[in-house]
Amino acid sequence: MNIFDILGPVMVGPSSSHTAGAVRIGFITRRLLGESPVKALITLSGSFAATGAGHGTDVALVAGLLGMKPDDMRVPESLSLAKEEGLEISFDFANLKEAHPNTAVLRVTGESGRELEVQASSLGGGRIMVNKLDGIEVNFTGESPTLIVHNMDQPGHVAEVTSMLSHKSVNIATMQLYRDHRGGYAVMVIEMDQNVPREALDWLSRLEGIIKVTYLDKEK
Amino acid sequence: MRNRDGEIIMAFEAIAEILEKCNREQISFPEVVIQEDMRDRAVSREETWIQMASMWEAMHAASQSYEAERKSNSGLVGGAGGRMEEYVKKGRVLCGERMGRVIARALQMGESNACMKRIVAAPTAGACGVLPAVLVPLYEDGEITEEQVIEALFVTAGIGQVIATRASIAGASGGCQAEIGSASAMAAGALVYVSGGSKEQVADAVAMSLKNLLGLVCDPVAGLVEVPCVKRNVIGAVNAMAAADMALAGITSAIPADQVIDAMKEVGDAMHVSLRETGEGGLAGSKAALEITRKLRMKA
Repeated sequence: MNIFDILGPVMVGPSSSHTAGAVRIGFITRRLLGESPVKALITLSGSFAATGAGHGTDVALVAGLLGMKPDDMRVPESLSLAKEEGLEISFDFANLKEAHPNTAVLRVTGESGRELEVQASSLGGGRIMVNKLDGIEVNFTGESPTLIVHNMDQPGHVAEVTSMLSHKSVNIATMQLYRDHRGGYAVMVIEMDQNVPREALDWLSRLEGIIKVTYLDKEK
Repeated sequence: MRNRDGEIIMAFEAIAEILEKCNREQISFPEVVIQEDMRDRAVSREETWIQMASMWEAMHAASQSYEAERKSNSGLVGGAGGRMEEYVKKGRVLCGERMGRVIARALQMGESNACMKRIVAAPTAGACGVLPAVLVPLYEDGEITEEQVIEALFVTAGIGQVIATRASIAGASGGCQAEIGSASAMAAGALVYVSGGSKEQVADAVAMSLKNLLGLVCDPVAGLVEVPCVKRNVIGAVNAMAAADMALAGITSAIPADQVIDAMKEVGDAMHVSLRETGEGGLAGSKAALEITRKLRMKA
């Protein structure tokens, strides 16, 4: 938590967790999708479902999907802006077990047809955590450059990724590994201190056994 | 090290640690915070200063953009800041003119937040009125310069970081004491700093202001950041002024700031969940609140 998590963010009210955090969840979903979304099913859980409407959580999530930051004065008008931009929105409510009280699941479709499901929670003070990507558990905030690699659960893929980072002089801050089952589908989430060059990501995504490479550079 | 939510925590762990660093390196309280931020985020002095200056600019702009005629979506709050300002202009405020303006500012920022206007979370959106309420009047009266305000904001950030690390700044974890209490402690420290008090006096103001709000529960009516949140910003600001004046008068706290913060954590942990931002207990459970909640649900 840095000093601008204490003093800040500059944001549209009324709640850092239910409004600013929700904008960030929408925004990181857009960045993870890598293109403009045309369709979104937003599921609100826990306190997001209970008091979300009064805090503008719904409009905040949509504002983020449209590419707005928490301090954008247009946040309160996001639903009508979504209509203008051709983003089709629907809402649902659920009580997700073992999820943080302020959790949303965003199932989005991009303009190219690409689909993604993001489960994220708002931790307070506007800070967020992505908890699941396409149903697989991950944990990252998106505040540092983040590399997410989906690969087959085979020996050697972690070494490929880490030696690439070492070669590009990128320092790893945190690293997490997940898999659905032995020999199945695996995900690594790496938070770093430096950005990864584009050509290195392209090289990585062409390797055998690597299914998908998603990269978030440092948010400005 | 990661906290319960899995976030990485790297910050000052004690007010005493900041004071020690001031003594060891013969530097000021804000300078310690600036240097730590430069190290932590790998930024230049200029970058951290400019970012803090932009926080002040946003805070000041927000305090000037209040609209007295505006109501929140729920209709529960709006207009109180305007009414207080009118009252102060009549010149017969029991608390005195300065304090009257502090109260008006606190109400105004709290109401702007409830009306989805742009504010600066300090440390949270619900408590965003406390710091500007005490700093803006001093600045507008020409008693402190912009540079002093920005230095004071670094002081508040250091104080807030210690509270967030040792305890919490979220109402859902620690009740309102963690939000308005923390904001009040930050504001008290800032006031002592800009008034030329010593760093020990800053620590005493933090301790005294937080002590006075220990146990304050988070009981928002209908779960909204409106009632009682807007007016709690007033008590945070007024309490900060009183604690700062006490510290500047040479009054000390028998319990050191860090131990007050630890006590706040203990009290927060012991607080029933109905009193931690769930909108169930306390005022939120009152007959009037339940009636308001029922009407809002019908509207939705």
